[in-house]
Amino acid sequence: MQESGTMHYLPNTAAQRAEMLRTIGVSDAEALIERIPAKARLGRDLDILPALAEAELVAHIRGLAERNAHAADYACFLGGGAYDHYVPSVINHLLLRSEFFTAYTPYQPEASQGTLRSIYEYQTMICELTGMDVSNASIYDGGSALAEAALMAHGVTEREQIVVSRAVSPLARQVVATYCAGPRLPIKSVPWVDGVTDLDALRKAVSDKTAAVMVQYPNFFGCLEDLDAAAAVARERGALFVVAVDPIALAVLRPPGEAGADIVVGEGQGLGNHLAFGGPYLGFFSCGKELIRRMPGRLVGATVDRDGQRGFVLTLQTREQHIRREKATSNICTNVALVALAATIYLALMGKEGLRKVATLSTAKAHYAAEALGRVPGVSRRFDAPFFKEFVLRLPKPPDRLLRALRKRKILGGIALGQFDRNLRDCLLVAVTEARTRTEIDAYAEALAGVVG
Amino acid sequence: MSAYDKLIFELSVPGRVGYSLPEADVPETDAARLLPAAHLRVRPAALPEVSEFDVVRHYTRLSRMNYGVDTHFYPLGSCTMKYNPKLNEDMARLPGFARLHPLTPDDATQGALQLMVTLADQLAEIVGMDAVSLQPAAGAQGELVGVLMIRAYHLDREGSPRKNVLVPDSAHGTNPASTAIAGYQTTQLKSDANGEVDLLDLERNLDEDVAAFMITVPNTLGLFESKILEITEMCHAKGTQVYMDGANLNALLGITRPGDLGVDVVHMNLHKTFTTPHGGGGPGAGPVGVKAHLTPFLPVPVPTLEGDRYRIDWKRPKSIGKLQAFWGNFGMLARAYTYVRTMGPHGLRAVSDNAILNANYIKARLQADYDLPYLGHCMHEVVFSARRQKRLGVAATDIAKRLLDLGFYAPSIYFPLIVEEALMIEPTETESKETIDEFCNAMVQIAREAETARETVLAAPVTTPVRRLDQTLAARQPNLRWTRGPSPVPSRPSTASPGRSVAS
Repeated sequence: MQESGTMHYLPNTAAQRAEMLRTIGVSDAEALIERIPAKARLGRDLDILPALAEAELVAHIRGLAERNAHAADYACFLGGGAYDHYVPSVINHLLLRSEFFTAYTPYQPEASQGTLRSIYEYQTMICELTGMDVSNASIYDGGSALAEAALMAHGVTEREQIVVSRAVSPLARQVVATYCAGPRLPIKSVPWVDGVTDLDALRKAVSDKTAAVMVQYPNFFGCLEDLDAAAAVARERGALFVVAVDPIALAVLRPPGEAGADIVVGEGQGLGNHLAFGGPYLGFFSCGKELIRRMPGRLVGATVDRDGQRGFVLTLQTREQHIRREKATSNICTNVALVALAATIYLALMGKEGLRKVATLSTAKAHYAAEALGRVPGVSRRFDAPFFKEFVLRLPKPPDRLLRALRKRKILGGIALGQFDRNLRDCLLVAVTEARTRTEIDAYAEALAGVVG
Repeated sequence: MSAYDKLIFELSVPGRVGYSLPEADVPETDAARLLPAAHLRVRPAALPEVSEFDVVRHYTRLSRMNYGVDTHFYPLGSCTMKYNPKLNEDMARLPGFARLHPLTPDDATQGALQLMVTLADQLAEIVGMDAVSLQPAAGAQGELVGVLMIRAYHLDREGSPRKNVLVPDSAHGTNPASTAIAGYQTTQLKSDANGEVDLLDLERNLDEDVAAFMITVPNTLGLFESKILEITEMCHAKGTQVYMDGANLNALLGITRPGDLGVDVVHMNLHKTFTTPHGGGGPGAGPVGVKAHLTPFLPVPVPTLEGDRYRIDWKRPKSIGKLQAFWGNFGMLARAYTYVRTMGPHGLRAVSDNAILNANYIKARLQADYDLPYLGHCMHEVVFSARRQKRLGVAATDIAKRLLDLGFYAPSIYFPLIVEEALMIEPTETESKETIDEFCNAMVQIAREAETARETVLAAPVTTPVRRLDQTLAARQPNLRWTRGPSPVPSRPSTASPGRSVAS
């Protein structure tokens, strides 16, 4: 029935299967599926690709992997919500502890204390970075975390309008729009001016129908928003103030909690996780303690066991789908615990000083790059607003052609912004992390001068 | 057992470091000169100060406080805790995948796009659908995608999304939750005496206001819905779309296909059927398959093959939009692709045959000692009731805790909700007869203990790093983060309340 080469994951031998059928009391395996109507049976083999032996498969998949221009082979200046920060070796070794990666959601806490403890640590670290009281155990990614924030703000305020700055990642804004379609929450977009949210336009957009005001910090263009001013607009009208952040930046930037944010979410990929062509990533979600019972997702809390010893459990589960069903605060079940574990290990390794160094090096190299690239004839920075590790360049030639030319020199030069905003079709978004070197930046500037000249 | 009881913060020593970062190679490195003062953080985030080896030993010790599939039989029903092949991990970590930025132009990501397009094709054939979206990050997000597509379909055809979605009372909690987020009312349908959808109740509730019927096949009792063809026909007669929760797809590979059953939308959990690891609660992946009439509504963007070039297609005006910032959990897709190419058509069929055999073998071995609420052969999982043991003072949760002491993770308990004291057991095909026999022996032993040594069961677990935990205290006085100072947790001995565990 099975050819050799596909059976190494299936331990039962033919003799054992026969013995098991005898115990069950049937003559053959067909009898076990008698409830499936004959008309509903496939009646043929699946028409999928044939099985490959391990060595053949490795060769095939290596071939696929090698057809991609990746950050191990190119100097990567791509950002836009996914960053090539250095991932310490320790992380992969610990993630491969299979007691972590082959476990599931800690439904039996006594046999899951490793996962539960690491999530409790993770929640603490996220609170420290964002300046908020509580963090959940994770959401799929930064985009869906922002969308869950919109739904939560609607639930808390019982208002419908979601006001979003156009300086929020256009990809994340699309996710918000998708999640808001079901409950029909109208979305109002606020324009930017010189790379930051237009505060006058924001004031006009927000009303007593507004559930949430959403900005990003640093924003999609890498620029620093005036969080105090935006928070004041939201507070004045009784809307929740939601900020999407880069967690690495928060090592040196003032946490949004101090600016009066009600919900702080973000993409945590840069915390010890590879780019992985867009996922799995890490959505984090934090808020003030008055909102705990409206939060989406899992929460881990400390408690004691029968002997009075400290232990950890999933808690406040009456918010969740498996208890509340259609009245749950969110439909999320599986989240991204292992990615959150990577972030926890990363933050432990970097620690108080290391994360500040990563952030400082990133912003220092980004400023150096902005100056070096901005000196190339015909190239200039598009915005004057202060920025963190990403900035927008205006180019004298269409970005797509320049990027192709740069790729020939093993440089991934940035993200062409025309795909998101036609007004920015001559612009390039450039990200610089601590993993880039001055040599790479200088080579980029030199190559750029060569291709625009 | 005296256990390790540290948190990483409690290992912190001021001035100790665990990082290795390069010296600055650019002239200006003072954040205070590069960034405006008003934006600067004053108090540093209180992250731990520990050495690299502190980190390694701490998390290695934490890992040892977990049961995983590699260390323990993990019969968590509805979660398909099968072996996660090591090769999958290696393939996902190839630099050409792991280090690939999602916004790299299409002409420089041809290998990754080929993997996605091919995987989508393979999955479409496996579930008998016309197209598959790989974007959903997990089963619940797949459900949301599916219901939103159905909503868009009705809106497009009828100018109204319709009002209700029907969900059986045995359904996973995510079904009604996803339905509610998609803007629908949920109507719960009863199960009949055989544990299947009650056709009379379906007929009573089915009308032109019903947007969709969400059905799980096999259902959460582990039973194939024998009247599925009639059910999908009844739904289609009213213009109702049939959504299938594919959490239990591990029972069906190569035997029957949702598309051939009349299903319009189905999600698959790659972290169940397709061996991507569960990660202690994710990441997963929840691709969604649809019939041709729903393809205009698929999430954007869609990786496609045009001529001999792969590209990401954004021009889909009727799309429901995006669910994640990027294209899906690619790392999980690479693992699932590796698995599908490892198994091939005959291997996948053998997966389901063995999963079904293992579950029925457990059913045969335990039916004398535990009550079986629904008779007949099961598919990939079997649901017992511990009501007999409950009358002796031993609840499903006690049995679960005792199993931990005997060297097994626990089944899903108290789910499905329609079974009193439910014990939902899914062995999967990757467990051997010997392991299953050991598990059954342990279950029989516990049934005996319930009769003659109840205290042993009620005292369990005693071999785990902690004993039964006080869930009530955790919920009444939420302590969700560590703070410096004396232990934030009241260290009083207390009577633990039984923990409830449910399936995903």
